[in-house]
Amino acid sequence: MDLATFLVQCLNAVQYGLLLFLVASGLTLIFGIMGVINLAHGSFYMLGAYLAFVLAPWFGQQFLLMLLIGVLLAALFGFVLEWIFFSYLYQREHLQQVLMTYALILVFEEARSLLVGNDVHGVQAPAWLSGSFALGDLMSYPVYRLFASAACIVVAILLYWVVNRTRLGMMIRAGASNRDMVRGLGIDITLLYRIVFAGGVALAALAGMIAAPLSSVYPGMGGSVLIICFVVVVIGGIGSITGALIASLLVGFVDTFGKVFYAEYSGIGVYLLMAIILIWRPEGLMKRGA
Amino acid sequence: MRLFPRTLAAMVALCAACLSHAQGSAPIKVGLMLPYTGTYASLGNMIENGFKLYVQEQGGKLGGREIQYFKVDDESEPSKATDNVNKLIKRDQVDVIVGTVHSGVAMAMARVAKESKTLLIVPNAGAGAITGPACAPNIFRTSFTNWQPGYATGVIAGQKGYKRAMTITWNYAAGSEMVKGFTEAFEKSGGKVLKDLTVPFPNVEFQALLTEIAAQKPDVVFAFFAGGGAVKFVKDYAAAGLNKTIPLVGTGFLTDGTLEAQGATAQGLITSLHYADNLETPRNNAFRKNFALAYKTNADVYAVQGYDTAQLLAVGLNAVKGDLSKRDELVAAMRKATIDSPRGKFTMSASHNPVQDFYTREVKGNNNEARGIAVKALADPGAGCRM
Repeated sequence: MDLATFLVQCLNAVQYGLLLFLVASGLTLIFGIMGVINLAHGSFYMLGAYLAFVLAPWFGQQFLLMLLIGVLLAALFGFVLEWIFFSYLYQREHLQQVLMTYALILVFEEARSLLVGNDVHGVQAPAWLSGSFALGDLMSYPVYRLFASAACIVVAILLYWVVNRTRLGMMIRAGASNRDMVRGLGIDITLLYRIVFAGGVALAALAGMIAAPLSSVYPGMGGSVLIICFVVVVIGGIGSITGALIASLLVGFVDTFGKVFYAEYSGIGVYLLMAIILIWRPEGLMKRGA
Repeated sequence: MRLFPRTLAAMVALCAACLSHAQGSAPIKVGLMLPYTGTYASLGNMIENGFKLYVQEQGGKLGGREIQYFKVDDESEPSKATDNVNKLIKRDQVDVIVGTVHSGVAMAMARVAKESKTLLIVPNAGAGAITGPACAPNIFRTSFTNWQPGYATGVIAGQKGYKRAMTITWNYAAGSEMVKGFTEAFEKSGGKVLKDLTVPFPNVEFQALLTEIAAQKPDVVFAFFAGGGAVKFVKDYAAAGLNKTIPLVGTGFLTDGTLEAQGATAQGLITSLHYADNLETPRNNAFRKNFALAYKTNADVYAVQGYDTAQLLAVGLNAVKGDLSKRDELVAAMRKATIDSPRGKFTMSASHNPVQDFYTREVKGNNNEARGIAVKALADPGAGCRM
């Protein structure tokens, strides 16, 4: 592998990792702060992708506006969902959480089938993002992929700022470490959780919307993303945004270079990484809430 | 009640008599074990509609007997396959089973059919083993083995004069069987496969492998993906600019039922399959017209396979005039059948798999248009089949 190819592969790895981070950050928030194992998180990703598919023809070139509207819709959906279903789960065992969120997967899949059908769809990137530029004489690189990475970085910075620098973030972190104490201090923890959950759903949906033009929109797309997201969350340390970012990039690199060098065994590379890290640090790379 | 056992015996004998009498006119029970939910739901419906269309064209009867349908949704779930197929065999006591799309499920069905000696016709699943090591006299297939379209695509690549190829597919049975077919034909024509690239199923992150292809610069790339994976691969390939420098070929699944989503990126792609959208034969035109009239949608390759499944069954039933007890004659007739399919005439190989023409197809608009025949009467070697 020459230097140019190596650099392009690094770009691929970073770009894949960042997109993973966007989905996993929502999962780590819900899992880490609220203690709910949310198997339906992949469905929120699918929801985002289908939102992009449905909304794209309406908005045309206004892609950013579409993302904004989609995120708001998803957040609203998450808010209602938490109120109807998830608010009953916090005091329950993990088994009951798994059962209910698994049931939600089935419901979402069936609803998707009834509303949009079972066909595979593509989403067109807007014209101002659909070009590509040459990377040396090796290959060309789609502009949209760079846009997706940039969008992920912006969201990562925003998220870091909200969690570590704002009052809301402080309450969220406090709520993660001691729910009762926070309530005792007069903070409406129910509302706080509802906001966090809505935020988590919005992040997953945003990832789905950004990934839709890169990928395609198809039945069962949430399932494949869910497993890798749990790997990221576990490697990064449950509930840690910074950990999720580092873990996503690690997974991106291991997956990319695994595919190139050991194509036959590339499927296990990521899980091997997880096993090694868990042996070394059973709690994951970062502490909760860091 | 000393008479009781004797009365019972008499009643049983009477019932058996009326049952055997009824056999001549009672309907033939056809069990459809197909995916009606999930990713493959539309394929299952197409197969069923194709099958029923042929039966309707025959006035609702095959071999002089009415057809009664029993349906089971296999959910494309191999772990439930044995239970599901037993529902048809033991509960519904069907005479014939038609199914299915997913190869893993079909393998389980073949195993049960082989043990219970129930007649099974596979209308899609391409796993080589079904008409290979797992073959049986009572198991037929009306679609293809994965090896066949792979081989035909290899022939096309060889004819175009390509010498260095790379292959890319999901790391599972269907993919590796197709790659094996491609490699066999391509190396026969003097070409060489530089490297086989694989992605774990159903992963669709291809960017790293596309970079690898760009770095190695082969003359041609052979790909097998289907559904969402096919859409994404073809789009990514174009987005990386590779479609301008390195031609992409594939088995027909790369561009079947996915063209609307692939859009401009798929235009001009060359694939190979046993069917194309514009075969201008009277047989195909009539079939497509009738199908469109009956179901208000266009027929596809799966509908053709369903239709031919009914045709093959009809040949067997006609030979024995609907008398299923003459199993050997029925199977012999099916084995020797020549099916006048919308795809073109085909016969059965010794291992009960179609010996059929494979077309060279080019994507134009939303159609896979035939550009001639890549391989005439291609037969799967059926390695490992003993019956």
